[in-house]
Amino acid sequence: MLKATGLEKRFGAVPALAGLDLAINAGEFFALLGGSGSGKSTLLRVLAGFEAPDAGALTLDGQDLLPVPPWARPINMMFQSYALFPHMNVADNIAYGLKRAGVAAEERRSRIAAALDLVGLQWLETRRPQQLSGGQKQRVALARSLVMRPRLLLLDEPMAALDAGLRERTGLELRALQRKTGAAFIMVTHDQQEALALADRIAVLEAGRVAQIGPPQEVYARPATRFVARFLGAANVLEGRMRDGVFESAEASADIGTGLPAATIAVALRAEHIRLTNADEAPVMTGILEDAAFRGDDWLLIIRLRGGARLRVVHPAPPPAPGSAVGLAWGAASVVPLFA
Amino acid sequence: MGGGIGGAAFRLMRRGILLAPLWMWLLMLVAAPVLIFGVMAFATPSDGVPPFTLGFRFAAFAMLVEDFYYAEALLAALRLAATTAGLCLLIAYPMALGMAGVRPAWRLPLLALLMLPFWTGFLLRLGAWIGLLRDEGLVNHLLRGLGITDAPLALLYTQGAMLAGMVHAYLPFAVLPLFTALIRLDPALLEAAADLGARPARVFFSVTLPLTLPTAAAGFLLVFIPAAGEFVIPELLGPPEAQVIGRVLWQEFFQNRDWPLAAALALALLALLILPIRWFQRLGAGA
Repeated sequence: MLKATGLEKRFGAVPALAGLDLAINAGEFFALLGGSGSGKSTLLRVLAGFEAPDAGALTLDGQDLLPVPPWARPINMMFQSYALFPHMNVADNIAYGLKRAGVAAEERRSRIAAALDLVGLQWLETRRPQQLSGGQKQRVALARSLVMRPRLLLLDEPMAALDAGLRERTGLELRALQRKTGAAFIMVTHDQQEALALADRIAVLEAGRVAQIGPPQEVYARPATRFVARFLGAANVLEGRMRDGVFESAEASADIGTGLPAATIAVALRAEHIRLTNADEAPVMTGILEDAAFRGDDWLLIIRLRGGARLRVVHPAPPPAPGSAVGLAWGAASVVPLFA
Repeated sequence: MGGGIGGAAFRLMRRGILLAPLWMWLLMLVAAPVLIFGVMAFATPSDGVPPFTLGFRFAAFAMLVEDFYYAEALLAALRLAATTAGLCLLIAYPMALGMAGVRPAWRLPLLALLMLPFWTGFLLRLGAWIGLLRDEGLVNHLLRGLGITDAPLALLYTQGAMLAGMVHAYLPFAVLPLFTALIRLDPALLEAAADLGARPARVFFSVTLPLTLPTAAAGFLLVFIPAAGEFVIPELLGPPEAQVIGRVLWQEFFQNRDWPLAAALALALLALLILPIRWFQRLGAGA
């Protein structure tokens, strides 16, 4: 439905988008995930029409979007600050876009009622934004966008301004709304949990480009680059090189895994995929337990390998004393080859 | 916080010390003149120095009520002030929008340009207007040179010349608060309006204008209040019939030497302006 090719945007000397390609399907919940400076917010602003790219193409259903000004784009956006009009009550905020679209008063009323119903705020019609809680503001902003029945809704960090306790529930409601309305959602977030939990597909952005794109499970399980591996779930990354079909890592001072592709330049190993071996079991590798931290459900262990590399290991039981030698083991499938 | 009673006393003292110059200023430049005028307004005019003898007479106030000349001068002043303030706002909005719309690096130079006239003498600038507008002035020369007119147009000593001078002098007072309000306006609100289908003009009238209206009202009063007492500009640029209160005041003080009447006039103007001043303070507290 939406297709971006080779998008470039610089602010002064700083490139925000550096040849970004992206295709969004109709009706999908898509998450743009990246750290600060990854270009995710700039991309969203280019899609909404608030920034013009320096180069590249942007089409919606094959129609060129770039010459279309923001007020004429069939795309709506929910702002991180919600941007509710402080001089209008909730109903007037939601009516704003309908009035601009020339919707008759009667239909306007029923659509506002339906939109408020959708977000469960029927009783707040006459309140001013200043009188609403953070969660209520978020829903009004959502209703104000959804009442326009956009085919594509952009959400800029929709949960960033909410209390931690509200975020999980709001996220699930957001996804339910997306399913109900059938609109495609593009959500920008720096929170990987949020992206993994809600999206049908995610794109991890790095330095203005898409580092990897795919369903959350796939991107999480098979990160393609060091950056993605570290960004999603903070995987252990071991540097090394392929030699005669075996991945040699000086950092680990051991060979790790066989049968990896020849282009492998590093491997990722998730902390939760590594376990400490029992005395009667042959370890894949040995190391010294440097540090341990209790995290509630489990312990996080930092283990130094002989080659100097440190591995994060998630351990379900109280760990041995710091300084002890420990044996480590993992399934061969847990070793993920990285190519960049 | 903390410090207990000693700390509280210290803070109160420190506040007192910090505010002392302000109180001195108010006492010397506001309270004292009003008090002196109050005494003077009830005195009897005489030929001495000062040209009045103290007393308790209502004659000056009675004169203000009896002779419509003074009421008309007050009204003319209020009319001129309102017109000036209205025109200033009309010009200030596009100016402030333009200044707020440019890149932040350009804002300071534009602000400096706005304030530039303040660096030259006020009378000198009025002199420049006279030079521009008089019969043998620049504008008339230009009009005749271009063959648009044969005889010089009477530009100086007209309502138009007076208004031009007033707007010229007071415009920055309307632009500055509006500019501040516009750069404080959350740009996301304007983007949200555009996102919901509003064209730029609609964004202005439905979001920018309502949200900056209190500031515009403050800007209006910031011009209106001093403009109501203005006498130099009507005197130097205006028509003879533009007898605004400032001019009349001046005449009573320096030509008729009726100080009690002039003092009563000044107090009447002050009383008239108390309402707008209060209104301005309320707007200031709300902004």
